[in-house]
Amino acid sequence: MTMDATRDFTQRRLRLGERAIEAALFLAAAAAIFITVAIAWTLITESLHFFDTVPLSKFLTDTVWSPLFENPRYGIAPLLCGTLLTTLVGLALAVPVGLMVAIYLSEFASPRARETIKPVLELLAAVPTVIYGYFALTVVTPFLRATILPDLPTFNMLSAGLVIGVLIIPYIASLSEDAMRAVPNALREGSFAMGGTRLETAVNVAFPAAISGIAGALILGMSRAVGETMIVAIAGGQQPNFTIDPTESAATVTAYIAQVAIGDVAAGTIEYYSIFAAGFALLLMTLAFNLLAFWLQRRFREEY
Amino acid sequence: MALGRIATAVLALAVGACSGEPAKDKAGASVFTVAVDGSSTVFPISEAAGEAFQKEQGGRVRVTVAESGTGGGFKKFCRGETHVQDASRPILAAEMAACAEAGVRYIELPIAFDAISVVVHPSNPVQSITTAELKKIWAPEAQGQIDNWREVNRAFPDLRLSLYGAGTASGTFDYFTEAVNGKAKASRTDYQPTEDDNVTVQGVAGDAGAMGYFGLAYLEQNTSRVRALAVSHGGKPPVAPSAATVEDGSYTPLSRPVFVYVSADALDKAPVAQFVDYYLTNAETLVRGARYVPLPASAYATARERVASRSAGTAFGGKNDIGADIAEVLRRPLVTTAPAP
Repeated sequence: MTMDATRDFTQRRLRLGERAIEAALFLAAAAAIFITVAIAWTLITESLHFFDTVPLSKFLTDTVWSPLFENPRYGIAPLLCGTLLTTLVGLALAVPVGLMVAIYLSEFASPRARETIKPVLELLAAVPTVIYGYFALTVVTPFLRATILPDLPTFNMLSAGLVIGVLIIPYIASLSEDAMRAVPNALREGSFAMGGTRLETAVNVAFPAAISGIAGALILGMSRAVGETMIVAIAGGQQPNFTIDPTESAATVTAYIAQVAIGDVAAGTIEYYSIFAAGFALLLMTLAFNLLAFWLQRRFREEY
Repeated sequence: MALGRIATAVLALAVGACSGEPAKDKAGASVFTVAVDGSSTVFPISEAAGEAFQKEQGGRVRVTVAESGTGGGFKKFCRGETHVQDASRPILAAEMAACAEAGVRYIELPIAFDAISVVVHPSNPVQSITTAELKKIWAPEAQGQIDNWREVNRAFPDLRLSLYGAGTASGTFDYFTEAVNGKAKASRTDYQPTEDDNVTVQGVAGDAGAMGYFGLAYLEQNTSRVRALAVSHGGKPPVAPSAATVEDGSYTPLSRPVFVYVSADALDKAPVAQFVDYYLTNAETLVRGARYVPLPASAYATARERVASRSAGTAFGGKNDIGADIAEVLRRPLVTTAPAP
């Protein structure tokens, strides 16, 4: 065997190894796409069974959702209402707090303070949501009842929404802070040179420059709130309720799906297909949010 | 390599700890699990039976008791997934057909009397209610219409009415709707439905205008958190739910027998047979301990005979029976197919 032949052999082996690694990496990436498509496919095909029985117009216009009862009705509106209301309550808490935290961490905090606060904040997102659910039911609701809302029912969207807000604060704060820190220092220095204070610089320069990243953070927080299940299932109630009053109890799309999926509904029945239809509506909702985020990021992207 | 061995050991331990079947006792023999599921009304009795039986067996047998509701439980039972089925109403025609199709033969054992208790927040001034008023509240037509106590009766307080009740997989739901609204499963749907009665307790205890309903055991355990209304039926004076009013038959129409169904094939497995025997032998103590009302001793004797002779079938012909007399029920012939409607 000559030296050349040996080198050829080694190189071929190397190339083969390289190919195998590339293929494995590609498969890993493709799996993510495949799983997404498979989920969407399942939801769509199973939902079609649902819409064989229930006309789409009823699904969209009826205001009562009671698939498990005699004389069932299939209006998705009460569930969407519950989801939107808890999400809005959550955002009302999480957006101001999260953004203030982000501005503080990125523009005011000393590196040491940041190194301490940020991991602790991110820990909030690591608390199991079932614990948040019981926290809402056994601490937040009694507290609200003892202070400002004596007539608050045991299960209500307000407590659930507020605790969802606590859950998504770290998402919003952490990602917004990353976006603001990525703003080049030259911009801030320019503002300081013009006589801007730290607050003016933070609010008028760093914040607008990072707006596309911040918008992304908000949408991610929102998607998380829309998809949250345990908190609303435990603290929000199981009763589909067509209302815009957050002090009432109501089931969200996710709480309904959880309720039915845990129970013992036979496959192939309309009750069974109803959870796919509800899930499909939910998927469309989060998809719309994500598209909006994508569009916002492109629209407001600032290149430096 | 040492790291690898540790990892393997940890993994083996984790897998061993997490996989329930088959569990091993101290001597390393595998432990048989008796699977019980069904009504949350009957749950406290079966739970107590399971615990006491496990203790008596010294860990050689395990009993798991779940509460999917009577309807949810029957689905599993008729698929052969459980050995024992708790039921707060008799088996229905559709469930009989499902069991027959899967070849599951069941032995029907009435186990206790219950009183479905209508409960309110302790601060509510209302003390009693008529069955007509209950129907006004819970009928399908009440949906979105009746949402204040005053709309039910002008003497009632001006208080927002919020409702907590049994979920659709619950036998209590079936019985209550039939007894109150005249048709099983006919109910308004704008209330908090749950198969877990503790959720109803929690809801009513925290809501001044609330009304809910569940089995007597849950009332007895929560007398400081909720208060039962006395119920008046057919112009008779109101009667509060209690062991005494169930026993003397005055709490109508909301008192009812509750049942345990046992799979006849599962009885061939010694631990299941032992468990059922233990359950029936100690029924009176167990039922009292769970705060329900025991049946006459002759009923448990009949139940043991049914088990011994493997007499499968139901005395109810696949439908509910409001205000059934237990002695008469026990004399009825058992059937395994529902008569044509």
